[in-house]
Amino acid sequence: MMQMSDKFNYEELGLKVGLEIHRQLDTKKLFSPVPTKFSDEVDFTFQRRLRPTMSELGEVDPAALEEFKKGRVFIYEGNYQLTDLVYMDEEPPRGPDKEALEVALQIAYLLNAKPVDEVYYMRKIVIDGSNVSGFQRTAIIATDGKVETPWGTVGIPTICLEEDAARIIERKEKEVIYRLDRLGVPLVEISTTPDIHHPEQAKVVAKFIGDALRATRKVKRGLGTIRQDLNVSIKGGARIEIKGVQELDMIPLIIEREVERQLNLLKIRDELQRRGVRPEDIKEEFYDVTDVFTNTKSKIIARAIKKGGKVLAIKLPKFRGLIGREIQPGRRLGTEFADRARKYVPGIFHIDELPNYGITQEEVNEVIKRLGLGEEDAFVLVAAEEERAKNALREVIKRAKEAIIGVPEETRRALPDGNTEYMRPLPGKARMYPETDIPPIRIPDELKRKIKENLPELPQVKVEKYVREYKLDRSLAQTLVDDERDELFEELVQMGVKPSLAASILVVVLKGLRKEVPIENISDEHIKEAFSLYLEGKIAKEAFEEIFKEIARNPNKTARQIAEEKGLTLLSEDEVRKIIDEVIEQNIEVVKNKGMGAMGLIMGRVMAKVRGKADGKLVSQIVKKRLQEIVGGGV
Amino acid sequence: MRVEEFLKEKNINIGDFIRVIKEEDGEEVIYEGYVMPPYELSPGDTLVLKLENGYNIGIALSKIRRVEVIERAKVKPEIHFEAFIEGKPHLPDVTIIGTGGTIASRIDYETGAVYPAFTAEELAKAVPEIFEIANIKPKLLFNIFSEDMKPKHWIKIAHEVAKSLNSGDSGVVVAHGTDTMGYTAAALSFMLRDLGKPVILVGAQRSSDRPSSDAAMNLICSVRMSTSDVAEVMVVMHGETGDTYCLAHRGTKVRKMHTSRRDAFRSINDVPIAKVWPNGKIEFLRDDYRRRSDSEVWVDDKLEEKVALVKVYPGISSEIIEFFIDKGYRGIVIEGTGLGHTPNDIIPSIQRATEEGIAVCMTSQCIYGRVNLNVYATGRRLLKAGVIPCEDMLPETAYVKLMWVLGHTQDLEEVRRMMLTNYAGEITPYTRFDTYLR
Repeated sequence: MMQMSDKFNYEELGLKVGLEIHRQLDTKKLFSPVPTKFSDEVDFTFQRRLRPTMSELGEVDPAALEEFKKGRVFIYEGNYQLTDLVYMDEEPPRGPDKEALEVALQIAYLLNAKPVDEVYYMRKIVIDGSNVSGFQRTAIIATDGKVETPWGTVGIPTICLEEDAARIIERKEKEVIYRLDRLGVPLVEISTTPDIHHPEQAKVVAKFIGDALRATRKVKRGLGTIRQDLNVSIKGGARIEIKGVQELDMIPLIIEREVERQLNLLKIRDELQRRGVRPEDIKEEFYDVTDVFTNTKSKIIARAIKKGGKVLAIKLPKFRGLIGREIQPGRRLGTEFADRARKYVPGIFHIDELPNYGITQEEVNEVIKRLGLGEEDAFVLVAAEEERAKNALREVIKRAKEAIIGVPEETRRALPDGNTEYMRPLPGKARMYPETDIPPIRIPDELKRKIKENLPELPQVKVEKYVREYKLDRSLAQTLVDDERDELFEELVQMGVKPSLAASILVVVLKGLRKEVPIENISDEHIKEAFSLYLEGKIAKEAFEEIFKEIARNPNKTARQIAEEKGLTLLSEDEVRKIIDEVIEQNIEVVKNKGMGAMGLIMGRVMAKVRGKADGKLVSQIVKKRLQEIVGGGV
Repeated sequence: MRVEEFLKEKNINIGDFIRVIKEEDGEEVIYEGYVMPPYELSPGDTLVLKLENGYNIGIALSKIRRVEVIERAKVKPEIHFEAFIEGKPHLPDVTIIGTGGTIASRIDYETGAVYPAFTAEELAKAVPEIFEIANIKPKLLFNIFSEDMKPKHWIKIAHEVAKSLNSGDSGVVVAHGTDTMGYTAAALSFMLRDLGKPVILVGAQRSSDRPSSDAAMNLICSVRMSTSDVAEVMVVMHGETGDTYCLAHRGTKVRKMHTSRRDAFRSINDVPIAKVWPNGKIEFLRDDYRRRSDSEVWVDDKLEEKVALVKVYPGISSEIIEFFIDKGYRGIVIEGTGLGHTPNDIIPSIQRATEEGIAVCMTSQCIYGRVNLNVYATGRRLLKAGVIPCEDMLPETAYVKLMWVLGHTQDLEEVRRMMLTNYAGEITPYTRFDTYLR
């Protein structure tokens, strides 16, 4: 299925995309009945190290061991309520949480997958500290799912139920600080086959999976509760894993940009090969050109030299004009070099962007002379402490060599504008072995049947139902469901609120406040309380906006408190009558003269006093009745 | 049908790579993977496969329609690891005696199997740090769970320790399961006489196959301590939940106080001997430890095994005491309540025991503090019945000590004298304020 607007002919390019979607479940932690809430209150900290384990051949990953010996420690921050010995790795796991397992099974059926008969938890080795134990517990719950799209079927080979990792708080040179509240939150992991061949198709698949997850009503909502990763490749390019895609709508753009990046990198490769350069032509030779910059106007370089650093240069033969070539809007090959070097220095300078940043043409010429560069040759400069500068340039050399070969396999991070940046090399094959502390969990056929027969409605079905049964406007119903307010909406209707009112308050009023106040502070409980005040006749519907605004600012207050403080509670009928009588008394001459013709004036004066505190219809009724009494009696 | 029969019938072996066609909800589901051995706690009506992505799953045998063997299991070549590696002349020698549990392990990520690693070569790969402290000589004595440890095993360990120390080792480290490590530590403390070198017991609360295991750091600190100046039997384990330092506890005063925490081992009614850091720093917390000397150690291994450890509780029947008397026991250590009490109605049975020449010793189930039988009438009655109050001794230590004492004499007066003599730091002369719950 080709679309007119397509930037590329994806079929011809052999685009392959696979998705991996993680979503937190709103249950207890997976292996201990600890609440899954997040807090910045830290009650205690402790320090651990993770030692690489030995394989059966007696091998220990030398790089990992080297890292370990450097003495990196992990600091864990804990809250007494939100973690426990299991998640401090001080007690064997319990569980898994029954509710989480059942939700995972629901998701499996909603995605047309086949649950396994017996679940086996595995330990997947992770030694970056994000799991206190050094491994993540994960299990396959179901296999063989599928999503139908207009472009064809996409497979879901596995649905896993696993533990979320600890939240990273700070990464320092020798220590990494993590917080334990998120560790152990159940996470459903859904991966697709790389059978997605169009950027829009990826969005359709992600939406379908997202809808299935939400249908369970047991997934967490809000920032960071869903994580979408994309695996993207084109023919001749490489598999790139893109992490941290937050918004569904960004998926097609990110894929398109990645295709663009790979195509441009391949063009650069072709040009480099045409110029006849080979990876081994790039030599690890550092030229000390500090003295060229003794009187430089470049603040960055001057500062580095002042701090005792050096300006080192490397030669990149035949790279001239290519480092500055754009590969994604606003990103060049040079940006990719800089991404890699960032581990050691904030930035690099390369010939294609100079003179600039206070570096003069004379300085550039002098560096060209020192390095003996030919017309097609390029240089990259780094100003920093000598060892850091060398390490940074080594990264640049590595990336430059890869540019001659093609597109390097990488894990990249999604940026808000649709571009991506380097994150780390692609992870190797997962090292897994059984979690023997958790006995296998048999999933009886009765349970499977029960779950299958009681599957929740998918969001789209719900939209149709709201339109049909509650006569809601379609777009209102759609927004209600997209905003995940449907569950609350149904509860309000259950309480006796008119569907149209509930929907418009939830969608129009709440959304309207988003720009003004932090509406995430307004909980479902707050909203329900406000509606029950309304149902009791204590507030008018005009008061919702004011109450929600105040709750967003002071979430500790109740709707009732706010209504009272702000004088938003409705007047009783007696009070209204009293006010009306007062107003009539004050204007008795007009009433006597105009009779029923004074209705407009009296209404206006009364409403000025009671707006928001009394229902206009009620006021009008009473005014009318009183006037009739007076006028009638007078005749 | 059980999975074993199923595999036999289909001529499938563990480790074969197979394709399984299963029926689920009227549809076929195909799995491909390696056949795994059945899990201990599985009822046996499932087939466990390791899929190519590394995950294991279980398939109900009743739903399997067909199986096809794709590839037969390969015979893995046995891997040989060197039992000894050449020492460095400037380093001291330290023997590590293995008794069970694993201080290092290897994981086969293909099958998920975890193998214990105890040869010098394996240890050098898993915990290279210890080979920078000493020339390590691993010796696997036996391999049992610590809950299965019996007095005869203590004796075997004691002789092995003595042999190593007398042949020139700087110290010995005994790798031991943690459940009964305190008992073994007490036993070695009494049996190893004229000890002139460090003897360290070490274990792990988190298995060594995991990156977070405490095994390696405990081992490093133990080897450090085994080259120190302290000529005592000690338990060296994590000092706190973090991987920061270990504590070296006196073997007669240490108790496992938590089922699972890394810092489960605590000194009771006493201050640990030292804090030990993996980098070699040792901070002594007291100065009254036995100093290293060239005295030759010998094993005083006479133990009376007919000794019981009995915890009293409200409603305990005197039958329990009578049982041990009738069964010919020579000693009973009671874990009394509070200052060292039992219900008054079992005192006649206790008296019968002492009259029949059975040593009855009193400790407290409070664990912390010292028994005193003079304060209340019940205590005084127990004293009159011939009970020996064991000061601030741990119940477990008193139990081990009574075995050892009865191995030497069964004369009750002599037993009393020996039980109240401090042989290995098991009795402190006065109760320090700073020894409670730390």
